[in-house]
Amino acid sequence: MTLQPQSVATNQPEGEQPVIRVRDLVKTFDRRVLDGVNLDVHKGETMVIMGGSGCGKSTLLRHLIASLRPDSGGIELFGQDLIKLDHEQLDNVRRRFGILFQSGALFNSMTVGENVALPLREHTSLDDDTIDIMVRIKLELVGMRHAVHLMPAELSGGMKKRAGLARAIALDPEILFYDEPSAGLDPVTSAQIDQLMMDLAKKLGVTTVVVTHEMDSAFRIADRMAMLDKGRMLKVAPRAEFEAIRDADPTGDFTNDLIRQFLRGDSTGPLTSRRKNSGYEEDILDAAGM
Amino acid sequence: MGETEEKPDFVFNRIGRRALGGFYYVGGMTLLLASAVTWTFRGLFTRRVSFRPQALAEQMIRVGVKSLGIVILVQTFIGIIIALQMEPALAEWGQQAMVSNIIGVAGFRMLGPIITAVVLSGFAGASIAAEIGTMVVSEEIEALEAIALNPVRFLVVPRVLATLIMMILLTVVADLMIALGGYVAALTVLGPTVHQGYWDRMSTQLMFSDFYTGLIMSGVFGLLISLIACHEGLQVKGGAEGVGKATTMTVVYSIVAIVMAAVVFTAIFYVFVWN
Ligand SMILES: Nc1ncnc2c1ncn2[C@@H]1O[C@H](COP(=O)(O)OP(=O)(O)OP(=O)(O)O)[C@@H](O)[C@H]1O
Ligand SMILES: [Mg+2]
Repeated sequence: MTLQPQSVATNQPEGEQPVIRVRDLVKTFDRRVLDGVNLDVHKGETMVIMGGSGCGKSTLLRHLIASLRPDSGGIELFGQDLIKLDHEQLDNVRRRFGILFQSGALFNSMTVGENVALPLREHTSLDDDTIDIMVRIKLELVGMRHAVHLMPAELSGGMKKRAGLARAIALDPEILFYDEPSAGLDPVTSAQIDQLMMDLAKKLGVTTVVVTHEMDSAFRIADRMAMLDKGRMLKVAPRAEFEAIRDADPTGDFTNDLIRQFLRGDSTGPLTSRRKNSGYEEDILDAAGM
Repeated sequence: MGETEEKPDFVFNRIGRRALGGFYYVGGMTLLLASAVTWTFRGLFTRRVSFRPQALAEQMIRVGVKSLGIVILVQTFIGIIIALQMEPALAEWGQQAMVSNIIGVAGFRMLGPIITAVVLSGFAGASIAAEIGTMVVSEEIEALEAIALNPVRFLVVPRVLATLIMMILLTVVADLMIALGGYVAALTVLGPTVHQGYWDRMSTQLMFSDFYTGLIMSGVFGLLISLIACHEGLQVKGGAEGVGKATTMTVVYSIVAIVMAAVVFTAIFYVFVWN
């Protein structure tokens, strides 16, 4: 059975350059985690990346923020090839995006306020009073102004994420990356974060890339969606197309059935039968020492 | 694979891999040192990168204040121990007054720096490794990089400088405490032959070179401890367990490195300075 990645759907009207362009990205750790990934994200759109646990979503995100270097392939942000940039140029690119990590990744030795202030203090020449005001504005935006003097250890999971988001938007980024923003949150807090992401995307025109498992959230916020499977981009398409696949009946088309199973969260389908069939007998025989 | 049939080349492979691992480790440390030095100079001499004296002060307090009490305690006892150990042997030759000379030389040249370094590798080294390791696990290091802040500049430089400076300052304290410990033993146990003229004999015996070679060594120890701690911390993989391992290995590697450096520097000073 072949799982060729479909050609990247670029039904974005403008002939404008994509803000993020990933080409044939390959990364191998112990095994090949990313296996020729292609992805374009256009200015102002919200791209949701989905996929099973361990399929390489976070690894892809780490490449986009230049925290990992690819084995081969290209990554362009704002038209600049990340691989060719030196440290200083890379830092200039980094100032133009923000990222919310899965755990929030607040600096535990600093208060919430200091966390948000840090990028401002290090990368702008604003005076302390102005920075203080900026910090309060950003925290107000995520509903965390009351927590300005708290330490990260005193915050709940949802508060950590919101504080992390305030830090991510401190420098008014043009791109925002989110790694599983609603994982581990209650439905209401999760919906609030979704609303926040949409506000930032729609009101400020921030280009948004979200990795998520939560399908409700994904369909709420996405303009386009991408399905990653075993290190390959299975499908990149507008939200409506994914909705159509989700709501249709099984067709026998392997790719679509696989996506459908994932979107619906069914316990049976191509995803699970593939998992079951792979090397099961060999495993058992191996374990028996035969 | 069978348990008993371990082929000889397999053993050599293992030795080879160990040696290679050692080279990589030293290489990694050297790169870290180079990077820390580069960022220190950039901090001092370019306007775009601020030096962050506040972070340095924080780290100096953290490294120094915590260790000061233990250094004073341990080094006073070391002074007492040497005095009590040496006196009977010297008495055989009627030279018990020389206790003070021996304490001066042994303390200032070696015991002051080396025992302070061991204390500091337990206190500062382990806590730096645990702190940075925890930051790796909780994605804080990646977060730093993502907001365009270099972890070496931001975390390693203040910790290395603070440990270096505090190591030297604490060694000065340690030297004095060893001398004082010996004096206490002389006053309370060893009697007037030893304690009368104790300080005079020590200051005639000691040369300035005894003092500064000790401080050079302690600076090197401070550099080793902090670099190993940062290196171990930054290399942490796999959660809390990894942090624990980094902490332990920091202390182990530090002590090995301290002793190896002590041998090398003692040999150098023996040939070029003390003769
Ligand atoms: N630094 C690394 N070293 C070795 N292997 C790694 C590293 N980072 C990720 N991997 C491996 O790559 C694979 C993909 O990991 P990744 O974190 O990208 O998955 P994911 O899609 O984000 O999963 P999840 O939904 O569970 O977060 C995993 O099998 C993981 O073990
Ligand atoms: Mg992940």
